Amino acid sequence: MRRPSSILAALAAAALLLAAGCGADAGGEPAAGGGASSAAVSGDVTVLAAASLTESFKQIGKDFEADNPGTKVTFSFAGSSALATQINQGAPADLFAAASPATMKTVTDAGNGDGEPVTFVKNQLVIATAKGNPKGISGLSDLTKPGVKVALCAEQVPCGAAAKKALDAANVKLTPVTLEQDVKAALSKVKLGEVDAALVYRTDAKAAAADVDGLEFPESADAINDYPVVVLKDAPNKSAAQAFAGYLASEKAKAVLTAAGFQAP
Amino acid sequence: MTPTRRQTRARVPLPLLLPAGLGLVFLVLPLVGLVVRAPWTTLPERLTEPGVLTALRLSLLTATLATVLCLLLGVPLAWLLARITFPGRRLVRALVTVPLVLPPVVGGVALLLVFGRRGLVGSWLDSTFGISLPFTTAGVVVAEAFVAMPFLVIAVEGALRGTDTRYEEAAATLGAGRWTTFRRVTLPLVAPGVAAGTVLCWARALGEFGATITFAGNFPGRTQTMPLAVYLALETDLQAAIVLSLILLIVSVGILAGLRDRWIA
Repeated sequence: MRRPSSILAALAAAALLLAAGCGADAGGEPAAGGGASSAAVSGDVTVLAAASLTESFKQIGKDFEADNPGTKVTFSFAGSSALATQINQGAPADLFAAASPATMKTVTDAGNGDGEPVTFVKNQLVIATAKGNPKGISGLSDLTKPGVKVALCAEQVPCGAAAKKALDAANVKLTPVTLEQDVKAALSKVKLGEVDAALVYRTDAKAAAADVDGLEFPESADAINDYPVVVLKDAPNKSAAQAFAGYLASEKAKAVLTAAGFQAP
Repeated sequence: MTPTRRQTRARVPLPLLLPAGLGLVFLVLPLVGLVVRAPWTTLPERLTEPGVLTALRLSLLTATLATVLCLLLGVPLAWLLARITFPGRRLVRALVTVPLVLPPVVGGVALLLVFGRRGLVGSWLDSTFGISLPFTTAGVVVAEAFVAMPFLVIAVEGALRGTDTRYEEAAATLGAGRWTTFRRVTLPLVAPGVAAGTVLCWARALGEFGATITFAGNFPGRTQTMPLAVYLALETDLQAAIVLSLILLIVSVGILAGLRDRWIA
């Protein structure tokens, strides 16, 4: 038992050295991380983030690790509400980024947030259709046409609440064939061709641009989702969590978020 | 709990008793958690919410239909595997258990790829008969049957292999054909195995979540079964989710206990 563990320790040390080396390289070129993150933070940061943040947060996590040698960012992506339930049931995590203030409120109301949540981006709905828009959908009212199958998110999750708001604003009475459990599930029904359209976030449509078209519609302005982020009260690594939350406002992170289709708050 | 008392009382060896007790506690403790945390004061009004009964009725209906489908297809399949030697039998036996190891969500995607609008069989069904399974109650039955059938096949095949084939041979020497032998001799012999398999199959179908929500979607009254309702309630209202879980639990345990007494006697 003694020998393997010492080998492991040596390996770990080597890995750390390597990581530090990489970090120094990466830090050398842009140094856009901003002053906040330069205060030496290290260790693992566990980030629970809304499913719609998947692509951009993975990139930001990589950038953050590069700018802060010795840190390791681990993500858990899921529907915001599911994550909020996990946090309120005591899941160990450092940071929570939700897709709606209402969901965030369930966490802060339960006293699990450290300080006030900060809105870092906004997101808007688009109509996702199959590539080339074969059904010729041009707006919300086209979704009620006979023969057009629509998937929405369930009202319990943020994208479903936003969809309801937008449909109400447009005064469109729509009967979807399914109410999906999160935005990615709704989008995959479009990708698979099982539905003709779904209301998803602009960012999700953009991430799936190879398979779907995202169609902007005016009523989505009535259903803009704020994305708040908060450091959790029981965060095992609070300093690194705060650094990551601060990093979201850095130019580098903003560029990633904008490229993904998010809007500045 | 002294050794002498245990010996005189039950003569159960400790190496069996201890893990057995732990196993029971492990299985029952989560149920205790549900019961303890249930919102008993608001229970009556939660029970009478319209969505609850709809989901329960749909769950019972689809699980029963799925079980009937499994019986019609699964018992002959079990007979084939147990009684007929053919090349590739071991492979077929392994293939039958695939839905057991497949994560149900993957099963749902696989079903979409076959029975979906663009699926191998589904596109033909759609263009020829105008039948589309996803997002329908029939789709729920298909998803549940896919996941639950292996339980029935394994139970019935095990029972068939355990029976004495001399009864069937005697029937054959008396002039009975294979079909008659199967109906009049084999089936009555393995009735307890079929009953056990049916119960397992029904219970699995009733609790099915992943394949159902992926293949059939989620729409109240049409495809939203109890497990789906529980999952979505969990997004916003933990207490409602606990109530729904308890109802499903009480109804299913009640039905199973009732049937068991009748069948075993």
